[in-house]
Amino acid sequence: MNRRNWTDYQKEIADDRYYYARSCIRQNFFPGSERAFLNILHDDLGRDVLDDPLHTSCTGIGYHSDIVPLETIMTVVARQFSLMNDAGYENFISSCITSFGVYTEILSTWEEFPETEERTRENLFKATGREFRKPKSLAHTSDIVFHFRERIAELAQRRLVNVETGEPLRVVEHIGCHYAKIFPKSGIGGSEFPYVLAGMIESWGGECVDYPERRHCCGFGFRNYLVQANRGYSIANSHKKLESMAPYKPDFIVANCPGCAMFLDKWQYAIAEMEGTTYGQGGRGIPVLTYEEMAGLVLGYDPWELGMQMHQVDVEPLLDKMGVAYDPAAKYLGRNGKFIGQPDTAVVNCCDAIYDIKQ
Amino acid sequence: MLCEDVRFREGLHACMNCGVCTGVCPAAEFYDYDPRQIVSVVQTRDDEAIEALLRSETIWFCGECMSCRPRCPRGNTPGYVIQSLRTLSQRLGFFTESRKGRQQLALKRIIGENILRTGYCITPRLVRPELHPEQGPVWQWIYDNDGEIFGRFSPAYMRRGAGALRRMDDDSLDEIRRIFEVSGGSEMFDAIERHSDRKAREMGYDGATQEYMMDVFTDNTDTDE
Repeated sequence: MNRRNWTDYQKEIADDRYYYARSCIRQNFFPGSERAFLNILHDDLGRDVLDDPLHTSCTGIGYHSDIVPLETIMTVVARQFSLMNDAGYENFISSCITSFGVYTEILSTWEEFPETEERTRENLFKATGREFRKPKSLAHTSDIVFHFRERIAELAQRRLVNVETGEPLRVVEHIGCHYAKIFPKSGIGGSEFPYVLAGMIESWGGECVDYPERRHCCGFGFRNYLVQANRGYSIANSHKKLESMAPYKPDFIVANCPGCAMFLDKWQYAIAEMEGTTYGQGGRGIPVLTYEEMAGLVLGYDPWELGMQMHQVDVEPLLDKMGVAYDPAAKYLGRNGKFIGQPDTAVVNCCDAIYDIKQ
Repeated sequence: MLCEDVRFREGLHACMNCGVCTGVCPAAEFYDYDPRQIVSVVQTRDDEAIEALLRSETIWFCGECMSCRPRCPRGNTPGYVIQSLRTLSQRLGFFTESRKGRQQLALKRIIGENILRTGYCITPRLVRPELHPEQGPVWQWIYDNDGEIFGRFSPAYMRRGAGALRRMDDDSLDEIRRIFEVSGGSEMFDAIERHSDRKAREMGYDGATQEYMMDVFTDNTDTDE
């Protein structure tokens, strides 16, 4: 196999008129990314995207915690499709990898076991009086950014290049298991050589880091994070990835899945507090970005308007490398510039306080 | 009963016990856990052995990352098999016989009830810093100033209208609740509560109280009983 195999796994991506379904985790931890995606599509690319106030969670976190039955999530998904029909759209896009996996699984199950689709139609009608048509296309929101990556490159204000050295930034891309491991044909590049983020990175001047645990899970594991007793599983798997990537000295990590971005950020904090270990340069953590934040920086958006102050690992070292101008005093302001205090310091961000057990 | 679950039919054909699933499994690295063995037991169709699995810790280790799915040379999905076993374990009330299984009550109360209350699995007020020390000081700052910070990115934070973290309209929430009623979601929630209450009383609690739930949420002692 070679890495060009990604070209075997391509899919039709709609060019316009999207029905947007948001992510529980992205809106909680990266609300600026969500807004950036909608703004980039609408303002920078001139596309029509509907944020329908009537849609809900797909309930995927409940489904993968095994408390929401398959029949129930199928009916919730059918309601989302019904709302899309009502609004006059056909191209369904999801901002969440868990949801994207759920939608692909359900569409495939309906195909494979038509009686489940029939049952879903009955359940939806009985519960809500609604009927539905399946979407003409289904994509993850990163597929859409990938689709427009060359246009974004044309509009770029900055590139993924170190302004001091002129060298490409070294980027770890993390895809998120449910993007293509469940249905490899549904993801750009499949599950072996997913290209959705790598394509953006290459188009915008960066360089992907290949490392042994590149395809390993971030460690969410649903019940393994959501239940406090099980969180050792979650941090252990993030730890494995971070240990594996650190020798390659990445400038930043970019994640496809909002959960993965949050875990790789927060577990770096926890590991630094517990062991004094940090994985980035200069004794700091490795900044972890969403792909919307990466696209936003390339397009010249202000980092605080992208919500990058909500990360636990400081992003300033990366902003400095990219030559992004930012106002340090504006980082922790609330609405309308109101000062609301700032977070306490943390080992992962503070070189002076580091005690590195590896030294 | 397992065969009624389409995930079981899709997830298990004939396993040759090669162990590739175990080789790539994040849970197998962390726990004393071997998905190959689960599939091996299930494909014997031995009811007694399967019931023992339904009562065991073993079926609750998987993180449902599905890394096993694209790797299996026989096209099986051990993760789907696990999902179908977990569903059955809860329907039959066997999940309360293991420490990891009993955690389903916490998941139902935290995630499940939040779905019916807000229309989302997770909302910011659910991620309480005292239960999430790993979220760190930035999350504490966000939690303490949520209106200011989320308000910067969404005009609809905890209000009606389009946008992130908006308050769901009553009609949509009613539809979701009716979907849960009609499609078996509420029945599953009731089964989790009912069996947890029985087990809690057996264990000396005054039913499935908040104290019982917090104990199952935090107890991570050795899980083999």
